[in-house]
Amino acid sequence: MDTINTDGYMIAGYVVTFASMGLYLLSLYLRKRNLQRDLETYQALNDEK
Amino acid sequence: MQSKPIALTVLDVLSVIGIGAATYFALVFAPTEAVMGNVQRVFYFHVGTAWVGMVGFVLAAVAGVVFLITKDLKWDRLEFAAVEVSAMFFFITIALGSIWARPAWNTWWTWDPRLTTAAVTELVYIAYFMLRAGIEDPEKRARFGAVYALLGGLSAPVTFMVIRLFRTIHPVVIGNQSAAAQGGFDMESGMLIAMFVAIGAFTILFVDLIWHRVRLAKLEATVEEIKLKNSI
Repeated sequence: MDTINTDGYMIAGYVVTFASMGLYLLSLYLRKRNLQRDLETYQALNDEK
Repeated sequence: MQSKPIALTVLDVLSVIGIGAATYFALVFAPTEAVMGNVQRVFYFHVGTAWVGMVGFVLAAVAGVVFLITKDLKWDRLEFAAVEVSAMFFFITIALGSIWARPAWNTWWTWDPRLTTAAVTELVYIAYFMLRAGIEDPEKRARFGAVYALLGGLSAPVTFMVIRLFRTIHPVVIGNQSAAAQGGFDMESGMLIAMFVAIGAFTILFVDLIWHRVRLAKLEATVEEIKLKNSI
């Protein structure tokens, strides 16, 4: 039996996988950065009081 | 500012190595499946992500129970982290299944028992985020989240077992499958090795991401507490 060419689907699968994991990692980084900024702002405000 | 533990850095490095190795085993080491061709290679990551997805949903249910008993918010943070990370992995599982199904079943999607329960599971946990986002009081949010995670956790074993109990076109690679199953294949030793490497790699990455998410949740709680103090 001939093997059908399904390379495009395989590539699509791995692109989706790595893009999803990459986006999640990016979201973790951005949320952490924003929280750290918030924390610094609040601490600066408290120091001024 | 909490400093990053060395163990977490080690886990970061192991995760990168693990996923790199899993990709090599899936794309290079494992033999090409004779009928389906290269699309079968998404199977390794499909199983790996499904495994950590299921484990995470069960872990969230367990953490929810422990929170309800102890009322310690650290269990709530673990529960939330487990759900978030697992929902991300389970989305990949469903996407990979759909991509594989197009050449194997000639359709992107069908309302087969396995696909339906998997989709329901994902939607149940999307609703979990919506529920939590709608509750401001941290204690109440944790309590409602714990009960929801406990009930939602039931969907994980149901999704796992459904292809073994009902007539379904979803193949069972290890164990007996339904007579209606389409797209199954015999696991050669190279395929089996690639599958276990993927499962191991995703397990390490899962633990790593959970740890990062728990630390983030701790930071969120600190900022939320300061915000509440400042608003009084």
